[in-house]
Amino acid sequence: MTDHTSVRAGARRPQRYLPLQILLGFLVIYFLVPFWWVIVNSSKDAPGLFGGGNTLWFTDQIDYLGNLRQLFTYDGGIYLRWMLNSTLYAIAGGIGATVLAVMAGYGFAKYRFAARRFSFAIVLGALMVPATALVIPTFIMFSRLGLTNTVWAVILPSLLNPFGVYLMHVYARDAVPDELLDAARVDGAGEVRTFLQIALPLMRPAVVTVLLLSAVASWNNYFLPLAMLSDNRLFPVTVGLGLWQGIASANNAGTTSLWSLIILGSLVSVIPLIIAFFSLQRHWRGGLSVGGLR
Amino acid sequence: MTSLTEKRAPRPQPEARKIRGKVHLREHLMGWLFVGPFGVVFLAFLIAPLGYALYLSLFQKKLIGGTSFVLFDNYVKAFTDPSFLSGAWFVIRFSLVSIPLQIVIALALALILDSVTTLFARFSRLMIFLPYAIPTVIGAVMWGFLYSRGFGPLTDIFGLFGATAPDFLSSDLIFYGLLNVVTWQWAGYYMIILYAALQGVDPTLYEAARMDGAGRWQIATRIKIPLIAPALILILVFSLIGTLQFFNEPQILRYLAAGTIGADFTPNMYAYQQAFSLANFNYGSAISFALGGLVFICVYAFLFFTRKRRSFL
Repeated sequence: MTDHTSVRAGARRPQRYLPLQILLGFLVIYFLVPFWWVIVNSSKDAPGLFGGGNTLWFTDQIDYLGNLRQLFTYDGGIYLRWMLNSTLYAIAGGIGATVLAVMAGYGFAKYRFAARRFSFAIVLGALMVPATALVIPTFIMFSRLGLTNTVWAVILPSLLNPFGVYLMHVYARDAVPDELLDAARVDGAGEVRTFLQIALPLMRPAVVTVLLLSAVASWNNYFLPLAMLSDNRLFPVTVGLGLWQGIASANNAGTTSLWSLIILGSLVSVIPLIIAFFSLQRHWRGGLSVGGLR
Repeated sequence: MTSLTEKRAPRPQPEARKIRGKVHLREHLMGWLFVGPFGVVFLAFLIAPLGYALYLSLFQKKLIGGTSFVLFDNYVKAFTDPSFLSGAWFVIRFSLVSIPLQIVIALALALILDSVTTLFARFSRLMIFLPYAIPTVIGAVMWGFLYSRGFGPLTDIFGLFGATAPDFLSSDLIFYGLLNVVTWQWAGYYMIILYAALQGVDPTLYEAARMDGAGRWQIATRIKIPLIAPALILILVFSLIGTLQFFNEPQILRYLAAGTIGADFTPNMYAYQQAFSLANFNYGSAISFALGGLVFICVYAFLFFTRKRRSFL
């Protein structure tokens, strides 16, 4: 809503400030350099990569298709598997964490139940617990239960998102009026129906934000799957590329082809999230301002 | 939706009065029903692991005599262990430099983007935010390439001026190499949060200040920054928690910077090495727990400090 106003104000009286825009231009170049390098160099074959030519420009041979074919067929198509694993972890972890966070945030905001303040204080305290400090004990617990080296070892711990609960709590408290809920109850709607049909639509911007943030957190996760998984067929793409990076560095001369796979692999791996972010832009920005303002 | 409220709300609700006691019990039940599923996950994947880590950290496994209860011996060992101490010192030093740097850049960008409203400014906003969509691991891989002697552009660029390129993967410069990766990765995200907060500020405040003769700089420092202080504190806390747990970037750059980054470079890497390379889960848990304690102390110290500061304002 606020963004809308500013766009309108901008249309009325565009603010230019040329020096600031030139400064912005330099910063944009800085932020884009790594992308540019990756885009350029994933077009090269191994000789082009190591030939000592200009590393920020294309060589005569631009071979994206050949490199892509190599990427997706190397080691029995393991890269595609990693991408699908990442997608599975991001979707399952993201949706699961969001459902739990939305319900809990709504519950904390709209019901005065026993031990509410105390439990919420504990959830807030949990924001400060370093997530990685939980990985070692969770690993041992899971290995006792025979869950390590399965997809559950990655998905189950990502269901925990205390920040999502906090964000949903703030948003539900401000965006869902109590009177509206009471009116629905008086009209005979049950609690679950009131939640699903009245409250949930009002909380949508925050729901999208929490969904996106949890999915990104799962997609980007490295420490947890690195610790939990040993079968490389279960790796997400982050751990997989890290593995390749380690192999390629260990025997630098012998595996020159692996370097070009890593370069193209990093380029391909960032495309889905970039698309998700830009297509959902309008939805998550409103949610972020809530988290930031409180 | 709102018209519905207006129609219904004024109507007296005799039934609601009558069953107040029952409503109360129902409210407890419904509240717990909504919070319950998250509560289960919270207990299983936060409280239980924390308790278990604490328990594990109180034992020691010896080759002879098996596992024995040693109370705080692991912690005594950790706080006298040069590996842990140097890692902890590194992340503290790194936080002190990287967090202010990121916040200053993010704040400057947010203020610029809040006042420049051209199409190019909107495009820049997206491009600067782009690195957040990149997994930290991939970001580190990309920058590792740019730093590397073999295929990075630094040699060429510095060669133009007849100078030797700095090696950001050497032990002298790795601090700055990591600083650059982290700033590149997170400044845009913090910028978006601050920008969203700035967009929520009532613009009539600026008009009023302008009438009182305030310049652009004064509006930024006297009105905008104080008003988004809560957002600033939020991102400061998050970046502090994240930086103290530093793991992904140094772990990835380790492969390229052989010898520069050891297995005990940060406390988290050291805990990982102890637990997963050396199967020393007891000491690994103790290091994790000690790191958690460090994070807690730093965050609370910071919050305490800013609370005092804010009461002065």
